[in-house]
Amino acid sequence: MTETARIDKKLDTIPKLLLDHARRRGNSPANRHKDLGFWQSWTWSEVAEEVRNLACGLAKLGFKRGDKLAVIGDNRPRLYWSMVAAQALGGIPVPLYQDSVAEEMVYVLENSDAKFAIVQNQEQTDKLLEIKDRLPHLEYICYEEPRGMRDYTQEFVFYYKDVQQTGRAFHGENPDYFLQELEQGQGSDISIFLYTSGTTGKPKGVVLTADNLIITARNSIDFDNLTSDEEVLAYLPMAWVGDNIFSLAQAYVIGFCVNCPENPETVMTDLKEIGPTYYFAPPAIYETVLTKVMIRMEDAGKIKRSMFNYFMELAKSVGIRILDGKAVSFSEKLLYSIGQILVYGPLRNNLGLSRTRLAYTAGEAIGPEIFEFFRSLGINIKQLYGQTEASVFICAQPDGQVKADTVGTAYPGVELRLADNNEVFYRSPGVFHSYYKNPESTADTKDAEGWVATGDAGFFDEDGHLKIIDRAKDVGRMTDGSMFAPKYIENKLKFFPFIKEAVAFGDEKDYATAFICIDIEAVGNWAERRNLAYSGYTDLSARDEVYDLLQECVESVNADLARDEKLSGSQIKRYLLLHKELDADDGELTRTRKVRRRIVAEKYAVLITALDDPQQTHCEIDSQMTFEDGRTGNVHADLQIRESVRIKSHVHTLAA
Amino acid sequence: MERKIGETLLSVDHISLSFGGVKALTDISFSIREKEVFAIIGPNGAGKTSMLNVINGFYHPQEGEITYKGVHRKQMRSHEAAVQGIARTFQNVALFKGMSTLDNIMTGRIIRMKRNLFWQAMYLGPARKEEMENREFVEDIIDFLEIQAIRRTPVGRLPYGLQKRVELGRALAMEPELLLLDEPMAGMNIEEKQDMCRFILDVNDQYGTTIALIEHDMGVVMDISDRVVVLDYGKKLADGSPDEVRANQDVIDAYLGVPH
Repeated sequence: MTETARIDKKLDTIPKLLLDHARRRGNSPANRHKDLGFWQSWTWSEVAEEVRNLACGLAKLGFKRGDKLAVIGDNRPRLYWSMVAAQALGGIPVPLYQDSVAEEMVYVLENSDAKFAIVQNQEQTDKLLEIKDRLPHLEYICYEEPRGMRDYTQEFVFYYKDVQQTGRAFHGENPDYFLQELEQGQGSDISIFLYTSGTTGKPKGVVLTADNLIITARNSIDFDNLTSDEEVLAYLPMAWVGDNIFSLAQAYVIGFCVNCPENPETVMTDLKEIGPTYYFAPPAIYETVLTKVMIRMEDAGKIKRSMFNYFMELAKSVGIRILDGKAVSFSEKLLYSIGQILVYGPLRNNLGLSRTRLAYTAGEAIGPEIFEFFRSLGINIKQLYGQTEASVFICAQPDGQVKADTVGTAYPGVELRLADNNEVFYRSPGVFHSYYKNPESTADTKDAEGWVATGDAGFFDEDGHLKIIDRAKDVGRMTDGSMFAPKYIENKLKFFPFIKEAVAFGDEKDYATAFICIDIEAVGNWAERRNLAYSGYTDLSARDEVYDLLQECVESVNADLARDEKLSGSQIKRYLLLHKELDADDGELTRTRKVRRRIVAEKYAVLITALDDPQQTHCEIDSQMTFEDGRTGNVHADLQIRESVRIKSHVHTLAA
Repeated sequence: MERKIGETLLSVDHISLSFGGVKALTDISFSIREKEVFAIIGPNGAGKTSMLNVINGFYHPQEGEITYKGVHRKQMRSHEAAVQGIARTFQNVALFKGMSTLDNIMTGRIIRMKRNLFWQAMYLGPARKEEMENREFVEDIIDFLEIQAIRRTPVGRLPYGLQKRVELGRALAMEPELLLLDEPMAGMNIEEKQDMCRFILDVNDQYGTTIALIEHDMGVVMDISDRVVVLDYGKKLADGSPDEVRANQDVIDAYLGVPH
């Protein structure tokens, strides 16, 4: 495309960046998609042409500046191009979660006033046709995969390639149109609407500008030294802010190649074939991978297994030090490189992470052993803390300063502030423009100076790393004024394989207490190996031996808490092992296995009173439980209450 | 939208088949028209599978005539049937268990490959080009049947429902004009059955393949077939559209039983 030479120097929108890459690295791959068994690829100049044809086709259909384009489907190059095409015309793409049922889409499509929709296939088209009557703004639907679409004769349904074909003709007649429209774009333009999932109430449309995305992407590229040689696999939902940064904004700023898997079921195979250099996954995925490896090693032959165990043990100390650039002795280095040949290399290759230089995780606390496992293999996995409202990045861990329990330091360009109740506030170039059509929520979240409330509570550790401990509204104070963050303590407890659930109490109390539910499989296994007979859950969790086992876990959590001056006061003083598992059927957990704190506190009020009374060493309880077949029954138990050792303060112990 | 059902593609006239003294089929006549979905139903032992075996030349009937694409024959030969565009799947999946999905479907292309073993082994020139063209065709089928995720998995490791799908893929690889499916939905759960129905209809719609199938699940048969023939004890009870067959007294008696 010769016209690319004409675009201005200020690359402040995604479409401008596209044309710039088409000119500078026209022949390097911009996108790949595995289709019909092989990786089809498009160079930057091909993508520029695809986008131009699509944009012109949309313009011909009547797409105008400010119009909204809904995008629904799995990660596909053509769907990414749709977003860029809309932006080129000054329109706003609105990606939707492809798994949503039609009913759930109504609200977003209606709220965003989407006039056009580009969807992946028949399935998504059917959803839209089902609800189209209720969407007065929706005029056109365009589908990417023609399969099964032969009998759709509606005049408002179009095939993607047909739209591009019209676009090509339109461009022939109006050769300047595309570029003129594109050049009108500015950094301050609205670039995208991203709807937050809305676990509480209706979803909110987060409005982000081109500046939000591009400046954030530039900062992140500097922060992690990303280059145009990166390979990423785009497999997380396109409606999620992270995908728009990792697979779109960063790729368009620096010019690396984004690979789209064949379909959602093939992601693991595709990962292996692509071998991404830069990878993002939520903690659950890393956890699944680790579990799979461990299970397969259990089944492996004796030689392989002992080799694996030996080298993984070595990697834990040596691998992590190498990654952090710390001193390693010559013999350690030598052993590690043998391990590299025998274990680490093949394992990484098998996981599709051979070339992975940088991996991120975010969203939930990640277990330290999972974190350690990947880092010891030489994969630089780091945590970040982000939000849709921040264009992802608020905090991230700089190389060489990675810890399992912090989310790192303030990101370049981000200012952080803690409120009195420890709620985290931030201000950054990525801060969202507004919530679409929702000024009240915007005002509640973002103040006049641009500070945004995260709703999360946290504090800085001695190295200036932010630790997120809980939702701000759940954080309480103990009578001596020290901070009490239940979820933080519970997560620490739950990282032990023997503990399935934990509920901590401490708000407005003299000391912290906890209910612990043992993990029947792990503890049962442990008991079997010790020839400890037991008749069931209730029996097992009442055993002295089990209490002794759990005592160690609680005390090690206390030792951990003692290291933080602010949380030291919330060490667990008294605890008990609950006689039954917390269960969603009994209303104690949500269906997604989150503890319903208030219901648990009401139901087991007797136990809490007993924990709060230092004189009591046991407590009787009758409680109702629902069996799997739906019947209910009463369980009677006499629970032992244990005291655990609390450490005064880490600083003090050192001094002594 | 109505599909275009064309002229008669295959007709069987007065077919009788016996094994020694056992009469499997007696004087059966019916015809299958181009681009239709045709079902053969009947109770166990009615002779449905024998009928399919006659059509693709696995059994040779003692009496009667088979007319396929206007050519009259006393009997089909299996190899001829394959070359002439008749493909089938089996009641009990008959795949190469140790081979991958991809390789299994590739075997369906052998009939379309012209180069000899030497060239294929050398993987040179025309043989290589041919291999690539055929691979492309097979990939289309894999995409069509949505089995990308098991492309490299040995079929022996797959669940039954997926094996059935692979078998359908192999039959499709032959680019058949007439596809014979022997109980394509046996042993499947509801969801797998729905998927299979969709694939059968899509094959019929997209590739214009004529389909003759045997099925026990009445709901399925009545939903997807254009015409149905009913066999009982080797004899034809009725044929016609699903509605006609459903209303036929002989059929009701055979299926629901009559007081003796």
